[in-house]
Amino acid sequence: MKKFKFPMRYVPISATILVFFIVYLIGIISFDNFGSPKVFLDLFVDNAYLGIAVIGTALVILTGGIDLSVGSIIAFTSILIAKMIASGSNALVAIALALVIGIAFGMLQGWLIHCFSLPPFLVTLAGMFFIRGCGFIVSEESIPIKNDPVFNFIQNDLTIKLGKGMNLRFIVIVYIVVLIAAIFFSQRTRAGRSIYAIGDNELAATLMGIPVGRTKIMTYTIAGFCSALAGVVYAVYLKAGNPLNCVGLEMDAIAAVVIGGTLLTGGVGYVFGSLFGVLVLGLIQTLIVFDGRINSWWTRIIVGLLVLAFIFMQNLITKISKSKSKSQ
Amino acid sequence: MNKSSNKFRHLVWPLVSLALLLLFNAIFTDNFFKIEVKKQDSTQSVQAPSVPGDSSVPGTAIDPTEVAAAAAAEEVEAAKQTVKESAGQQAVPEKKDDKGVSIFGYYLYGTPIDILNQGSKVMVLAIGMTLVIATGGIDISVGAVMAIAGAIAALLISMLDAGNCIGAGMGPSVYWIIPVLAALVLATLAGFWNGMLVAGFGIQPMVATLVLMVAGRGVAQLITDGQIITFDNPGLVFLCNGHALFLPFSVWIVVAMYVIFGLLTRKTAFGLFIESVGNNERASRYAGIEARRIKWLTYVICGFCAGMAGLLAASNIKCADSNNAGLNLELDAILATVIGGTSMAGGRFFLSGSLVGAILIQTLTTTMYMKNVSPAIVAVPKAMVVIIVCLLQSPVFRAKVLSIFASKAAKGGVQ
Repeated sequence: MKKFKFPMRYVPISATILVFFIVYLIGIISFDNFGSPKVFLDLFVDNAYLGIAVIGTALVILTGGIDLSVGSIIAFTSILIAKMIASGSNALVAIALALVIGIAFGMLQGWLIHCFSLPPFLVTLAGMFFIRGCGFIVSEESIPIKNDPVFNFIQNDLTIKLGKGMNLRFIVIVYIVVLIAAIFFSQRTRAGRSIYAIGDNELAATLMGIPVGRTKIMTYTIAGFCSALAGVVYAVYLKAGNPLNCVGLEMDAIAAVVIGGTLLTGGVGYVFGSLFGVLVLGLIQTLIVFDGRINSWWTRIIVGLLVLAFIFMQNLITKISKSKSKSQ
Repeated sequence: MNKSSNKFRHLVWPLVSLALLLLFNAIFTDNFFKIEVKKQDSTQSVQAPSVPGDSSVPGTAIDPTEVAAAAAAEEVEAAKQTVKESAGQQAVPEKKDDKGVSIFGYYLYGTPIDILNQGSKVMVLAIGMTLVIATGGIDISVGAVMAIAGAIAALLISMLDAGNCIGAGMGPSVYWIIPVLAALVLATLAGFWNGMLVAGFGIQPMVATLVLMVAGRGVAQLITDGQIITFDNPGLVFLCNGHALFLPFSVWIVVAMYVIFGLLTRKTAFGLFIESVGNNERASRYAGIEARRIKWLTYVICGFCAGMAGLLAASNIKCADSNNAGLNLELDAILATVIGGTSMAGGRFFLSGSLVGAILIQTLTTTMYMKNVSPAIVAVPKAMVVIIVCLLQSPVFRAKVLSIFASKAAKGGVQ
C-alpha cells in the first residue's frame, strides 16, 4: 500500500493560499461588509496592474535573475500614453508604442545581461534609473487623460456588468487573460520548461542543449512587455499618467513573488502563486483601510514579516528535500 | 606592467571617468573649481548651507560678487591631498568640537567641497557595502536602516530638548551624543539581524535583506509616529553642516571611517578572510576560517555604516523623514562599489575604489544640477555611465571588443 504523500513542491503554494484565506477570514470576522463580493472584486481592480507586473517579475525570478525596472516602466508608459493623448494622437497608437518600447527595453536589458554576463541586478537597476528619467523627460508633471474615445470605450463598453452594482472591469479581464497565458506558457511549452531548467542550474541547462541565451533574453523581453502592459492598465485605471508613480513597486512585486511561493534563487515556484501573492498584499492593504485606526506603515511591517515567514519556510523545505535526496 | 600599476589597476576606469567629468566641468562650467576660503564666525557653521533633501544647487552657493581667489584645479586637488594627509588621524578627536567653530576659523567653500559633502552619505554607505559585496553578499536594506537611524536620533533629540529623557540635564552641547550613539547602536543591531539571517540561517543575502528593506521604513515611521521630526540641536546639525579643519565635518567622518576600516581590512587578516570567504566559502571553512562569523561581521559593519549615513542624512536637512531618508541610496552605494572595481560575485574588494565611485556619482549629479538639468532627469545619464563603466569592467565585453579589433586587424593584414 502506498501512502498518499503530499508533494513537497506544492507546500509553498498551498501555504500562500492558506495565508490568503486566513487573512480573508480575519477580515470577514472583524468587519461586516468585508465578505461582500464587491470588496473581493475591488481587490482585483485595484491590483490588476501590480498583478500583471508581478507575472513578468515571477518569470524572471524563475530563471534566477531579477528585474528592478518594473515600477519605472509602469510610470514611463503611463506618462507616455497620457502625453501622447494630450497632444492629440490616437490612444491605440500610444498604447501600441508604449508596448513596443516596453518590449524593446526588456530585450535590451536581457541582451546586456546575457551577452556581457553583467549581473541582472545591476543592469535592471540602471534600467530603472534610465527609464524613470525618461519618464520625467516626457513630462515632469501628472497629465490627466480626458474625454478620449478609446479610453471611454474601455471604461464603459468593455465593462461586464454582473448586477448589484458590480462591474467586471476590462483591466481585470486583461489581468486574468495574461495570467492564464503565463501559466500555460510556463507549464506547457518548451520555452517555459527551459526557464525552470535555467533557474535550477544554468550550467546543466547549457550542457543539455537548452538555448540559455535565447530563453533568458526572451524572459526579460516578456518582463518588459508585462511591465509596459501594467503601465497601460495603470493609465486606464487612473485615467492619468504621472512619472512619479510606482516608486518602489519593484520591491512590492518581488515581495508578492516570494509570498507567492517562488524561490528567489530560481527554478522553483509557480506563476499561479503570484496571483495569491498579489491578493495577499492587496488584502492586507484593504484590511488596514477597513480598520482605519491602524496606521498605513503597518502594511510594510506586516508584508516584511510575511516575506520573512515564507523565506524561512522555503529554507526549511529546501533543507528537508536535500536531506531526503541524500538519504535515498 | 609593473607591480604598482597592477595594484591600482581597478582605479583606472573610475578615475578616467572622473577626470573626464572634471575636465568637462573645467571647460564648460564657470567657476566649477573656484574654492573660496571663508572666515567663520561661531554661528555660521550651524546655519551653513542646509538645503532640504539632496537638491543642493551648488551653482547658487557661490556668490559671484564676493572677491575670492579662483584656484586652479590641480592646486585644489593638491591642497586637499595635503590637508587629508596631515589630518587623517586627528579626525576622530574632532568630534568633541561641537560648537561648530573650526580650529583655524577658516573653511573652504566651493563646488568640489560641496561634492565631497553631499557625497559623504554614499561614501560612508559604500564602505560598508564593499565589505558585504566582497563576501559575495549584498545588503539592500541600507536605505531603510538609514531611515531608522535618522528617526531614532531625531526622536531622542526632540525628547532631550523637551527635557523628558534621561541625560537631559547634561545640556544641549553634550547630550546630542546620546541620540548619535543610540542611532549607531540601533543600526548596528539592524546589521546584526541581517547577518543573522544570512550567516546564521543561510538565507540568500538579497532575500534576507529584502525583509528589512520592506519592513524598515515601516519601523522608522513607527518610531517617528509617521511625523517628520525636525531638530535644531547644534551638535547634531554640526555632523553634516559644520566645518572643521577647512573641510566639512562630514568629510572627516568619511576619512575616519575609511582609515578605520582600511586599517582593519588591510593591516589585519580580516580583509584577507573576507576575500577568501567571497571566493570560496566552503574552501575557506575547510581552511579553518570562521566563514559564518566573517560574513556576519561584514553585515554588522554595513549596518553601522548605514547608521552613520542615516545620521548624516538627517543632520543635513535637520529632520528625519522616514519616507524619503536614504531612498534609493542603497542602489547608489552598490553602484559606487561596483564602479570602484569590486566584483558583485565577491572575492576581492577595493575600499578606495568605492570612494572614487561615490565621488564619481556625486560629481555627475552635481554637474547635471549646475547645467540646469532637472533633478529627476539626472537618473538618465547616471544610468548610462553605470552601464558603460560596468561594460568596461566586464571581462566578457573586453574580450569581445578585443576580438573585434583582432579580427579587423587580421583582415587588414590579409588584404
